[in-house]
Amino acid sequence: MLNILARIGQSGINFIALFGQAGIMLFGALVGKPEFKKQFPLWVKQFYFVGVQSLTIIVVSGLFIGMVLALQGYFILTTFSAEASLGMLVALALLRELGPVVAGLLFAGRAGSALTAEIGLMKATEQLSSMEMMAVDPLRRIIAPRFWAGFFCLPFLTAIFIAVGILGGALVGVDWKGIDSGFFWSSIQNNVDWWHDTVNCFIKSFAFSIAATWIALFNGYNSLPTSEGISKATTSTVVYSSLVILGLDFILTSLMFS
Amino acid sequence: MTELKSNSTKFDNLVEIHDMSFYRGARPIYKNMNLTVPKGKIIAIMGPSGIGKTTLLKLIGGQLKPQSGKILFDGENIPTLSRSRLYEVRKRMSMLFQSGALFTDLTVFENVAYPLREHLNLPEPVLRNLVLMKLQSVGLRGAANLMPSELSGGMARRAALARAIALDPDLIMFDEPFAGQDPISMGVIVKLIAEINQSLGLTCIVVTHDVNEVLSIADYAYIVAEKHIIAGGTSEELRQNDDMRVKQFLEGLADGPVPFHYPAEDYLTDLSRGIS
Repeated sequence: MLNILARIGQSGINFIALFGQAGIMLFGALVGKPEFKKQFPLWVKQFYFVGVQSLTIIVVSGLFIGMVLALQGYFILTTFSAEASLGMLVALALLRELGPVVAGLLFAGRAGSALTAEIGLMKATEQLSSMEMMAVDPLRRIIAPRFWAGFFCLPFLTAIFIAVGILGGALVGVDWKGIDSGFFWSSIQNNVDWWHDTVNCFIKSFAFSIAATWIALFNGYNSLPTSEGISKATTSTVVYSSLVILGLDFILTSLMFS
Repeated sequence: MTELKSNSTKFDNLVEIHDMSFYRGARPIYKNMNLTVPKGKIIAIMGPSGIGKTTLLKLIGGQLKPQSGKILFDGENIPTLSRSRLYEVRKRMSMLFQSGALFTDLTVFENVAYPLREHLNLPEPVLRNLVLMKLQSVGLRGAANLMPSELSGGMARRAALARAIALDPDLIMFDEPFAGQDPISMGVIVKLIAEINQSLGLTCIVVTHDVNEVLSIADYAYIVAEKHIIAGGTSEELRQNDDMRVKQFLEGLADGPVPFHYPAEDYLTDLSRGIS
């Protein structure tokens, strides 16, 4: 019994120590004299890598999720003769939950794992050490631009995901199932609240972007410089990011909608 | 052991290590180690694999901190420096990593230009010429636009050397520069180390276990074993050293103070256990 308690205690201490290290890493990366001239090209590169290159998976997933949502919604709503509200159902489901959460999960799988693998490999091939020996802080040059790219890109990707999802819903509802286009779009216009739905959606998205990017960067920076270490770190990034996104979603939803 | 002495002012030694101890967890890597590196010389640090030679370079570069003792670089104690001061001091030293450690997303030209862009605000034409001069000195001007993945191991190390001398540092530390190189590449790197030492007056610390190559250019060599320096001297002095540990290392004997067999229980007992 005591051994079990000791093990739980040790795990708690290890977790807090890791959390502290991750905090120190992020603090070192983000706090310091701004160097816009040197940082700007790195930002552009990372925005392309993290944001633009994630577009395909976001657009395709958004389209299919919107279409499936509309199809299932249509089957249910027709039993109550309420198919005119399909637009509202698709839009609210995407804005309140599916948009930020699924975009966050896809982001963790696509961009997060790539960030971890890239930084882990840079560590394994001594690129980070060589940077330090050139008197260049790797936290400012490697971690900071990637963090800001993740922070700003996920909310943009979420917006694109939701927009494409609603278009997918319209494609199924209006073009396929023949719901009146005016009903579809006006139900969205009348029922989506700017603050309650849209702003909350972006608050969630920013929270997920911080969590997913931070986890990805720390796992890469803290990985063992071996092939097995990088493999473990990449897996951890996807697993922990997904769990944290889902957990945070529940907390934020309960705060926002209860 | 012959201690390398410098008989003029104290700052004639670029690096001085005094009574330094370093542990990884509970395992001692160095205990009360002393070492001096005079300015403008090539110093070889040799020793068996896994003895902590790369660790020693990281300690000098301030990437690791010793538990006790002093590591002086031109009179400044590296472990006690503030982060900003350490980064200032690092502009005067550079390190050639075993893998080259080139940035894989930048061309050879951009790799060499990297420290210059970071620390100097040079006009683009001046920077270009400076980079081309550095690349010319290592024979890779023609490879300026190649990516690191397109270089052979030897070329990657030469490109990394061009990057290491980009800021004209006072000290270059070479981590196993000859490891895994074919004889031609090895000869090229030996020549380049000797040249940058003679023409630029750079102090070089070469960590290696390639005895013949390094002793052909080193002014002085140390042999590391058993958590400290066990011997030091010029090439001739080391070859005449009677210590069995030195002899075994320099002559590459399979058995000696460093045993061929990893410690294990009695061979017959171990075999008979399987039969019974």
